[in-house]
Amino acid sequence: MRGGEITANFRLPRLSYRVWKVWMRDRDVYMKTFRVNFVPPLLEPVLYLLAMGFGLGLFVQQIEGVSYVQFIAPSLVAISMMFNSFFECTYGSFVRMYYQKTFDAIIATPVNLDEVIAGELLWGATKSLVNSAIVLGIVALFGLVSSPLALLVLPLSFLVGLLFASIAMCFTAVVPNIDAFNYPQFLLITPMFLFSGTFFPITALPQLTQMIAQLFLPLTHAVSLTRSLILGRLEPSLLLSLVWLTVATIFLFVLSTNVMRRRLVK
Amino acid sequence: MGVGTVESSVLIEAEGLTKKFGELKAVDGIDFRVFKGECFGFLGPNGAGKTTTIKMVHCVLPLSSGRLFVAGKSVTEDAREIKSMIGVAPQEDNLDPDFTVYHNLIVYARYFDIPKSEAHKRAEELLKFVQLEEKRNVIIEHLSSGMKRRLILARSLINNPQILILDEPTTGLDPQARHMIWDKIRSLQKQGVTIVLTTHYMEEAFQLCDRILIMDYGKIIEEGKPSELVRKHIGEEVLEIPNSEQVAKFLQSGFRDIRTEVVGEKIHVFTNEPKEVFTRILKKFPLKGAVIRDANLEDVFLKLTGRRLRE
Repeated sequence: MRGGEITANFRLPRLSYRVWKVWMRDRDVYMKTFRVNFVPPLLEPVLYLLAMGFGLGLFVQQIEGVSYVQFIAPSLVAISMMFNSFFECTYGSFVRMYYQKTFDAIIATPVNLDEVIAGELLWGATKSLVNSAIVLGIVALFGLVSSPLALLVLPLSFLVGLLFASIAMCFTAVVPNIDAFNYPQFLLITPMFLFSGTFFPITALPQLTQMIAQLFLPLTHAVSLTRSLILGRLEPSLLLSLVWLTVATIFLFVLSTNVMRRRLVK
Repeated sequence: MGVGTVESSVLIEAEGLTKKFGELKAVDGIDFRVFKGECFGFLGPNGAGKTTTIKMVHCVLPLSSGRLFVAGKSVTEDAREIKSMIGVAPQEDNLDPDFTVYHNLIVYARYFDIPKSEAHKRAEELLKFVQLEEKRNVIIEHLSSGMKRRLILARSLINNPQILILDEPTTGLDPQARHMIWDKIRSLQKQGVTIVLTTHYMEEAFQLCDRILIMDYGKIIEEGKPSELVRKHIGEEVLEIPNSEQVAKFLQSGFRDIRTEVVGEKIHVFTNEPKEVFTRILKKFPLKGAVIRDANLEDVFLKLTGRRLRE
């Protein structure tokens, strides 16, 4: 029985090209409200760079051989990878699933439920890609990008986006109502925002906390990869971060489609 | 139904169809057939299992047991093929609120792999069909509920379906909108579309359906042509007289072969000779407000499912 339950959580989703039809639906909505969608991700990093980087940074010594503003600029890119897909696939997907009944409408067509969920996840990843690209552009305008390797941040943002979309979808599958998203937001996303080597190096954390951050917090890996690419400092340990992110993404992508199916198919 | 000729054109066939939600048997081992080109109605009180049944037909709800075929294909094996030939107008509004009327149709067409130019052509035709051309650029929330129903009907036709499934197509609509939807359903049936609908409105079932199936507690309790069911269960006419103790007593003692039912202030008398009964009562009591009316499907429905509220 137990074994059966576990395998039931990891049944491979049945997918076809129709996933993109769901993705296109979400894209169409985004494009309709493009101007509203475009401005906030433009403004937010500017505010952070000014306040934290150039303001607070005056009082902070160099970290790992770079100025404070250079240190946090890549973090802002990585944070936007996390926030965008996480919010898209929690609040956004929940509204489409529960209030708008959009999923019900789509599964009455040849598109199946697995494809709906996968389409939502890919859309969440796409939003991370788009917004990280915007933040990366801003960071570059401030002269804080020191290597052409920074372009690799774009595919990375899609991967990290997909990971956080999948995490988000697992919560969407189990929350009783939309207010319950406060829990993962404050217990998971906010701590990660602060303790993943974003605004100070994780080496400043106690040994045990460091280990927890590296073993369990996906943002830690996203931040260190993004930082190395933007600063042009490649090390072998980054490969480990990439593998960690890839494995976690596959694992959670499959899990999230299964738990969502359990919520929606009675 | 002349079985010999239509046997070959069975479009939907269910055998022992069962759906359980935990311990509750929402649909309890039912058998039915829907023939090509007919309008088939599922009737029943709330919670009878109508919507559950049609959701299994259009492959969004897995069966607990039994067999269900649509156009010879199994709903468990060939869901995609079946869904591509069915149009569904659900009970609740699930139009896409982020899009305009027109864009709702275009996006929906995409799910069916309908090429872009064809989608635009069909969207134009369908807006005309449901008389929403002037609302094409309106956002969904600015539509009245009648307009939403019409758009849902249009959307369900975007893939030129062979089978159209309508779950309570006119619930909550005003008479004008209801008659308009009925006209559209009739014209679709004339074009050869097979219609499967659920409804609470007996008038609707009587107007539209060639055959109906009455469900209660997940089981089929009656099936047939509406007019035949009325004749079989009720007769031609019903006598309605104001309720009073003396009349009730008189009815109980003085007649054979009648069935009476007290409904609020009135007694309904079901009999094969309503006029004769009527004159006999009139001789004894001065009955103001007594009428003889045609028996209808509502009488059948209430006789079979009872008057107790279900929710």
